[in-house]
Amino acid sequence: MNRRSAALLALAMLALPATADDGRRSGLTFMGPALQALQRDDGQNPAMLWVQDGEQLWRSPAGTSGKRCADCHGDASRSMAGVAARYPAWDAASGGALNLAGRINACRSRHQQAAALPVEHADLLALSAYVGLQSRGQPLAPPDDARLAPLRQQGQLLWQQRLGQLNLACLHCHDQRAGQRLGGAVIPQGHATGYPSYRLEWQALGSLQRRLRGCVVGVRAEPWAADAPAWLALEAHLAQRAAGMPVETPAVRP
Amino acid sequence: MHLALLALAATAAPAALAQGDAARGEAIALHRSQGLCVLCHAMPGQNPALQGTIGPPLAGVGSRLDAATLRQRLVAPEQFNPETVMPAYGRSTGLQQVAAAQRGKPLLTDAQIDDVVAWLATLR
Ligand code: HEC
Ligand code: HEC
Ligand code: HEC
Repeated sequence: MNRRSAALLALAMLALPATADDGRRSGLTFMGPALQALQRDDGQNPAMLWVQDGEQLWRSPAGTSGKRCADCHGDASRSMAGVAARYPAWDAASGGALNLAGRINACRSRHQQAAALPVEHADLLALSAYVGLQSRGQPLAPPDDARLAPLRQQGQLLWQQRLGQLNLACLHCHDQRAGQRLGGAVIPQGHATGYPSYRLEWQALGSLQRRLRGCVVGVRAEPWAADAPAWLALEAHLAQRAAGMPVETPAVRP
Repeated sequence: MHLALLALAATAAPAALAQGDAARGEAIALHRSQGLCVLCHAMPGQNPALQGTIGPPLAGVGSRLDAATLRQRLVAPEQFNPETVMPAYGRSTGLQQVAAAQRGKPLLTDAQIDDVVAWLATLR
């Protein structure tokens, strides 16, 4: 690395502190310099291709309403700033919690009269990444909302629950062994600050659920169904656990 | 009497060493989706960058531990550390939400465990 790019990298690191004083560290800090640079340079970050799609979709009519996200929400850089940092959040209309993708799907069905998209649908990932980007650098701010408490508690219990044929819990790796190596992979602290993320292993953008599924299948546990509340519960717990850490969406991971 | 003892030793010793096949055991132990040992342990002669650091390196483990202890380490790791993260290789019950393909099956069969123990005993 030459001096100029080193200086730029240092600047980028200043702009997006990935390490909290309390020892919490983004997955970014567990990666090598080349991957870190890939995430930090929007011209290189492969996830930005999905963000561009998301921006297109934001301006495109959908469903029988023919309405566009932009018709109701205008300029995303204003209306969506800080929004992703607050999810999962309570949705009074459905009487349940929604993550950001669920929120977008709710707008599709309620306001656009369009079908909800499956979790891993490219358009849903693209819109989530585009909306998520509008909160980049902002601290995760899970809502102070008692209605979310049972979900968070369920997520915390799942975090501590040994699962699968390998009989391991999330906390064994992410709370107790971060920084150690599992085979060839460095174990991060498991903060979900950058989703949807581009993973080299996927060669694609993927949701947090897809990432968590990898860990669940990795311990040889049967993954929950795609619409099972367990995923949302884990997401709510992870948001609480990473409260105050900056949103990195769209992140790059190995 | 002397002969009788010798005969006894001849039958008892291999039983204690569990009569596994060390070459098969090596293949199982180094296999990333079968033994899975390298997820957590560095093994002698393997690429260090691809090996885990969660358990101790296993080089020389055959001179540190006898065959019976090695076997016990595999089938009942919780006897050495109640909070251990090392899976019990012969266990098939009392586990949560095991994937359908593996449900009711232990990670390794008794015979495979014998093979792995035989190989571990050669790591001196
Ligand atoms: C046996 C160890 C292990 C267990 C158990 C485990 N994980 Fe992971 N997890 C990893 C590793 C290793 C990675 C990083 C993989 C990589 O770099 O390719 C990871 C990545 C993650 C990430 C992504 C972090 C980031 O920076 O983007 C999250 C979130 C996560 N895990 C959550 C969980 C949850 C929730 C559970 C329990 C249901 C769990 N993990 C169980 C090893 C584990
Ligand atoms: C016809 C109007 C309309 C359209 C079209 C629409 N929305 Fe919404 N959106 C709303 C309203 C109203 C809310 C407030 C909650 C509610 O009533 O559903 C909302 C809330 C949201 C929120 C949560 C904001 C927050 O502060 O928590 C997000 C994110 C969002 N919309 C994204 C989208 C996206 C992405 C699209 C296009 C796929 C879209 N919306 C299309 C009307 C619309
Ligand atoms: C998920 C992690 C994990 C896996 C997989 C694993 N181990 Fe372990 N192993 C450990 C840990 C951690 C210890 C340290 C003692 C303890 O906490 O149980 C250990 C200890 C041992 C010991 C005792 C070493 C000594 O010097 O005292 C032996 C022998 C051993 N493991 C063999 C194996 C073999 C063989 C395999 C595969 C068939 C294996 N382990 C798979 C984590 C693991």
